[in-house]
Amino acid sequence: MNRIVDHPILGHLEETEMVTITVDGEKIQARKGEMIAAALIATGKQYFRRTIKLVEPRGIYCGIGRCTDCVMKVNGIPNIRTCITPVEEGMVIESQIGVGTWGRG
Amino acid sequence: MSPRLVLAPGEGVEQRMEKREIVVIGAGPAGLSAAIEAARTGAQVLLVDENSKPGGQLFKQIHKFFGSKEHQAGTRGINIGTHLLSEAENLAIEVWLNSEVCGIFNQQDVWIVRDKMHSVTVQAERIIIATGATENSVNFPGWTLPGVMGAGAAQTMINLHRVLPGKSVLMIGSGNVGVIVSYQLLQAGADVKAVVEAAPRLGGYGVHTAKVRRAGVPFYTSHTVLEAHGKEHVESVVIAEVDSSWKPIPGTEKEFAVDTICIAAGLTPLVELSFAAGCEVFYSPALGGLIPWHDEQMKTSVDSIYIAGDVSGVEEASTAMEEGKMAGISAATSIGYVSSDDYSTKYIQIAQRLASLRSGVFGQKRMDAKLAIVNHQRG
Amino acid sequence: MDKNAGLKITGAPSLEELHASACYRLPSKDCNKTLAVIECIEGIPCNPCETACPQHAITIGSEITNIPVVDWDLCTGCGLCVAACPGLAIYLKNYNYNEETSLITFPFEYYPLPEVGQSVTMANRFGEEICVGTVLKVLTLKRNDKTAVISVSYPKEFFEDVITMKRLKRE
Repeated sequence: MNRIVDHPILGHLEETEMVTITVDGEKIQARKGEMIAAALIATGKQYFRRTIKLVEPRGIYCGIGRCTDCVMKVNGIPNIRTCITPVEEGMVIESQIGVGTWGRG
Repeated sequence: MSPRLVLAPGEGVEQRMEKREIVVIGAGPAGLSAAIEAARTGAQVLLVDENSKPGGQLFKQIHKFFGSKEHQAGTRGINIGTHLLSEAENLAIEVWLNSEVCGIFNQQDVWIVRDKMHSVTVQAERIIIATGATENSVNFPGWTLPGVMGAGAAQTMINLHRVLPGKSVLMIGSGNVGVIVSYQLLQAGADVKAVVEAAPRLGGYGVHTAKVRRAGVPFYTSHTVLEAHGKEHVESVVIAEVDSSWKPIPGTEKEFAVDTICIAAGLTPLVELSFAAGCEVFYSPALGGLIPWHDEQMKTSVDSIYIAGDVSGVEEASTAMEEGKMAGISAATSIGYVSSDDYSTKYIQIAQRLASLRSGVFGQKRMDAKLAIVNHQRG
Repeated sequence: MDKNAGLKITGAPSLEELHASACYRLPSKDCNKTLAVIECIEGIPCNPCETACPQHAITIGSEITNIPVVDWDLCTGCGLCVAACPGLAIYLKNYNYNEETSLITFPFEYYPLPEVGQSVTMANRFGEEICVGTVLKVLTLKRNDKTAVISVSYPKEFFEDVITMKRLKRE
């Protein structure tokens, strides 16, 4: 678990409402309203997607919605910047290859 | 806002036309300060930001700022941010979040897309662009591996989102961003294995490097990163010493087992909007590269457009706030809200605080660079 | 690593740089007072230490880039400057805390904080482990805004070398 529960300046991480999201088929708990990327990093996810030509792994890079390294398929729509998109109850998040495919399945 | 393709009935790409006196683009420290200063004069202000929360990079700065009392020295960036937000609330400044400014036309029409779905054009008498700066990158074999990220990205994850992007970090770059984020990574519970600096001397303030050094983190000057290794994620990194032509010296390689590599290689002003709006370009290597030319009042070559903060040259949060105040009061004065006597007083106060922040061994370079801008003879 | 290479190479000031600066003075072995020691040797625009001291013992002046200087005739060792310094560059020292040990009171912004009476590892400017000390006091005042001020007694022979405590392991 990579959450920073106790921090010398920011204090203790308050408990909050949790939501359930599905990531590549696996159900995980996330803090309501947190960014998808943060929820995934909290579970120790190693990479978010793969490139099309060399099938290389990619994760976050800029962290603020500019570089598009962190994109994943969210509720059927690919290329969603996970670092600036908040989680919602029931969200379905999937890795994508290249620019991904549209629609579910 | 959950991403979706199908719009509900009644939603659509509306074209709305509105009018405001002053539109401030960017709600970071410069934009917030500009909006507050202008609103205080009685001008009608609209503050626009593409993010879901205001504050820019300010709410990630958990350390105490330098300066003097008038600069809010000794206060943590996060608390300065909270003060600014409550001042903006007290002044009932109109704020549009999740709103991206996509263009500025005819030097006055600000085209904004709200919530990725509503198109609005706001005709503004004055525009203040405070769009900040973006992190530079350093490329090396393996830099695309998950685990390699900007220092700002790591800072966002630990201080804003409260998650550790990694447990074992190599920091590239010893400027203030690199050493401050190294310290904050230690505070967050990560282990910083080393800070690497290509130049022969460290860049950041001595008090910042000293904090990191006494936590046991070694600094490697005249060193660069050669390559990162790992299968699905960073697993190790190799650095090497460089000679006076920046070439790696064979035999000086050192390997570290890390899961994170942070790149703190400087910032570049986000100037696309200003240039597209017609602002004259100026080149200032000391301040990050291409910036919009501006005068002492923070006005660009376009009479209706002002700038403030890192977009006008990369400095610090404290200078961003002062420049914001300067742009805010200057813009409001130019549309009649402030008498010229009152403006003179304010102008001098802000200019003095800026000069004070740009003094000393570190500040002099920035002071000289800023003077070069305002003194530039425009064609 | 050459500890004398200096602040801009190692990240920490060398003893030579400190002794050559206007701010740094180490209390002498005959002195029984707890006094402020400042390691701020670059001229950056910053003066909260001057403003924080109730005795006006620290002087920077109108040019806020001046190096701070402490007047030990006025310093009462209250420690307000220790937390006020944004660079965490000030601590208090007393060579003669008792027969065997000296005292250091330093700023600390890590989790977890130690407990009073705990034995802790003390470190030098390079983070090297130097000796074991005993925690005397852990001060967390609201006005210090999350900068804890910790007092530790430690063996006299390491008086100048020790300037901080090694971070404790998180659970």
